[in-house]
Amino acid sequence: MKKYIIQSIRLTLVLLVLLCVVYPISVALIGKMSKGHGGGEKITKNGKTVGYALLGQSFTKPQYFWGRPSAVAYNAAGSAGSNKGPSNPDYLKEVQSRIDTLLKYNPGIKKSDIPADMVTASGSGLDPNISEQGAAIQIQRVAAARKIDVKKVKELVAMNTLKPFMGVFGPSSVNVLKLNLALDEL
Amino acid sequence: MNTELTGIIATFLLTLVIAIPLGKYLAKVFAGEKVWTDFLKPLETGIYKLSGINIKEQMNWKQQLKALLTINILWLFYGFFVLIFQDKLPFNPDGNPGMTPDLAFNTIISFVANCNLQHYSGESGVSYLTQQYVLMFLQFVSAATGIAAAVVLFKAFRDKTTTELGNFWEFFVKSITRLLLPLSFVMALILTFNGTPASYEGKDKFISLQGDTVNVSRGPAAQMIAIKHLGTNGGGYFGANSAHPFENPSYFTNMVELIAQVIIPVAMVIAFGYFIRRKKLAWTIFGVMTIGLFMLLLPMLSSELGGNPALAKMGISQSTGAMEGKEVRFGPAASAYWATVTTIISTGSVNSMHDSTMPMSGTWQLLGMMINSFYGGCGVGLLNYFIYLIVAVFISGLMVGRTPEFLGHKVEAREIKIAAIITLLSPFLILAGTAIASYIFTNHGNAAWAVQPKSWLNNPGFHGFSEMLYEMTSSNANNGSGFEGLGDNNIFWNLSTGIVIFLGRFLPIIGPVAIAGLLGAKKFIPESAGTLKTDTKTFALMTFAVIIVLNALSYFPALALGPLAEYFTMLK
Repeated sequence: MKKYIIQSIRLTLVLLVLLCVVYPISVALIGKMSKGHGGGEKITKNGKTVGYALLGQSFTKPQYFWGRPSAVAYNAAGSAGSNKGPSNPDYLKEVQSRIDTLLKYNPGIKKSDIPADMVTASGSGLDPNISEQGAAIQIQRVAAARKIDVKKVKELVAMNTLKPFMGVFGPSSVNVLKLNLALDEL
Repeated sequence: MNTELTGIIATFLLTLVIAIPLGKYLAKVFAGEKVWTDFLKPLETGIYKLSGINIKEQMNWKQQLKALLTINILWLFYGFFVLIFQDKLPFNPDGNPGMTPDLAFNTIISFVANCNLQHYSGESGVSYLTQQYVLMFLQFVSAATGIAAAVVLFKAFRDKTTTELGNFWEFFVKSITRLLLPLSFVMALILTFNGTPASYEGKDKFISLQGDTVNVSRGPAAQMIAIKHLGTNGGGYFGANSAHPFENPSYFTNMVELIAQVIIPVAMVIAFGYFIRRKKLAWTIFGVMTIGLFMLLLPMLSSELGGNPALAKMGISQSTGAMEGKEVRFGPAASAYWATVTTIISTGSVNSMHDSTMPMSGTWQLLGMMINSFYGGCGVGLLNYFIYLIVAVFISGLMVGRTPEFLGHKVEAREIKIAAIITLLSPFLILAGTAIASYIFTNHGNAAWAVQPKSWLNNPGFHGFSEMLYEMTSSNANNGSGFEGLGDNNIFWNLSTGIVIFLGRFLPIIGPVAIAGLLGAKKFIPESAGTLKTDTKTFALMTFAVIIVLNALSYFPALALGPLAEYFTMLK
C-alpha cells in the first residue's frame, strides 16, 4: 500500500509537468501563428477593435441587422443559454413579444416569414449568425433606415452568407457583425 | 439531400474510418506488440523511472484496483485544496474567487470521476491555474484510468487461466502517451487554427459597433477542449460549453469535436475483440451499440427538425427547426446528433442547451444516460456493457438449464451477485436521489441555502421535475451535462450529486474488474456443442433485450412523470 502511495505521488508530479506545462505551452506557442495569435481573431475599424470575428454582439438600432435574442445580452464574459423549457408559459409569452417586435419594426413581413432562430435565444448567448431567412426579413427595414437601395443591401447579405461547409455539410448562415460592418463602409 | 443530414452522416462515417483502425492499434499497444508509435518508448521509460515504477511487476485484480484507487484518492485531495485556495494561488489574471467547500467537493469528485458536472461557470468560477493544473489534468488522467481498468478486463480473457493481469501503471501511462496526448495535441492545433483561443492572455475589453462596452473571457481553451472530447469528459472551458463560439467556432470544428468524443469508446470495443482474439465478439458488441445509437438518434432528429409545436401555433416559420438554446452554425440536426452521442457516451459536453430541447428529445437523452453503455465513456462504457453481458449470460443459462459460462469460464453465484449489485446501483442512486430532491423542493422550499429549494427550478411543472431527474441521472452516469436551468450551486445539490458521482464511478469500475479477475482465474472449459456462444446474433439480440428490459423496468415511471408527461400535455 505504502508503495502505491509513493508511486502515485511521483507519477502525478511527472504527469503534471508533461500534461500541464509541456503540452499546453507548446500548443500556445504554435498557436501564435494562427490568425488571432491564439487570443481570438479581432475585427478592427479605423484602428480600433470593434469586436471578435467569432462573437456575436448586440444590435438594436434599425439601421443594423439584428442578431438572435440572447439570454445574457451578449456578455462575452458570462456565456449561457436561457434554459427555458419548450412548454414554459412565461417563455412562450416572451417569444410572442419578440414576434410582435419584429412585426412592428419590419413593416411588410408576415408572421409566417419569421424563422424560429430570430425569436429564440441561442445556446451560448453569443451566436454570431442568423439564418438566411432571418436576414431576408430585415432587408427592407435596413434599406429604409439607411436610405439606400434594397438591391444593394441584398447584395451585401449575399456576400456575407456562409454556405454549408464544403458546400454539402450543415446549414448556411449569415454573420451579423461582418454584414453590419460592410453596411457601415458603404 | 438536406445538407444538415449529409453533415451528420459524413460525421458518423468518418468516426468509423478513424475508430476502427485505432481499435486495432490499441490492441497491439496494450499487448506490447510492435507499433509505429514505439519511438515514444524512451519517454515512457523516463516516466516509469522518475515514478519508481517497475512495469515487469505483475498485478492480480485486487492489486490493480488498489493502485487505481490510491492514485484517484490522491487526486481528490490535491484538487480539493487547489480549488479552495485558487484565489491565493498564482495564475489568476481575472481575479476569480476561491470555491466554497461544498462546491469544491462537488467539482473535484466530478472531475476525478470523468463526469465533469459543473456547478460553477468557467469564466467566473475558476483561475487559469485551476483550469489547467487541476481540471485539464484530471481530464487526461481520469480518461486514462477508465481505459486502464478496461485493459485489465481484456487481460483476464486473453489467456486460458490467469491471475497475472499485467501492470496497472503501464496501461495507465500508455493510455496517455500513446493515445490521449498525441491525439489531443493534433486536435488542439486544429481548434486553435480555426479560431479557438490557446494563449494565456487574460480578459479583453472592446467597444462594439453600436457603442456597448463588452468584456471578453479568453485563455488557454483549445488544449482543454481537445482532451475534454477525446477523454469523454465534457467539462467546458467557458460556461456555455461547446455552444460557445470560442469553444466550437464552425461546422467543421463541430464535426471534429463530434468525431473526437466517439472514436475512443468505439476503438475500445474493437480493441477488446482483437486483444482476446475473438473478433466476432467485438463486432456483435459494436452492432448492438450502434443499433442503440440509431434508435435514440432517429426520433430525436425528427422532434428537433420538426420544431417546437407551441411556437408553430403562434404562426411563425418552422423551417429552421427548434432553435431555442441552439446555434445557427450547427442547426438542429447536428445539435440532435450531438445530444445523442454526448448522452450515450458519457461525454456530457453540449453544443445546444438540453433544457430547451423538445420533451421527447429529453426522454432519449435521459434513456441514453441510464443505459450508459451504447459505446459509453472511455473504457468504462465497455465495463458497463460487460455487466449487461454477464446478466444476459446468466438469464440465457437459466433459460436453457445449464451452468452459465462466459468465454470458457463458469459464471457462478459470486460473480452474479456482484453484477446484480452493480445493476441495481444505478436505479437506486438516480431514483432515490430524485425522490429526495423532490421531497425537499415540495416540503422545505424555504431552507436557507445559497439557492432556496423553491427557486431551484427554471421551468414549472413536469419540465421542472425533468430538471432534477436529469441532474441525478447525469451524475450517476458520470455524464456531466445538465438541464442547466437547475439552480444547482448550493449545499444540497453539491453534496448529493458529489456522492452519486463518486459511487456511480468507482463501484461500476470495481465490480466488472472483480468479476473479470475472478473469472480469469477459473479453470478454462473448452468449447463444446453445449456451450452458449456469446458472439452470435441470437446472443446479441438477447443482450439487447436485457438492456432494454432492465432499463425500462427501472426508469419508465420516472420518465412518465417528467418528459413523457410534458410531451402529452403539449399535444393537447
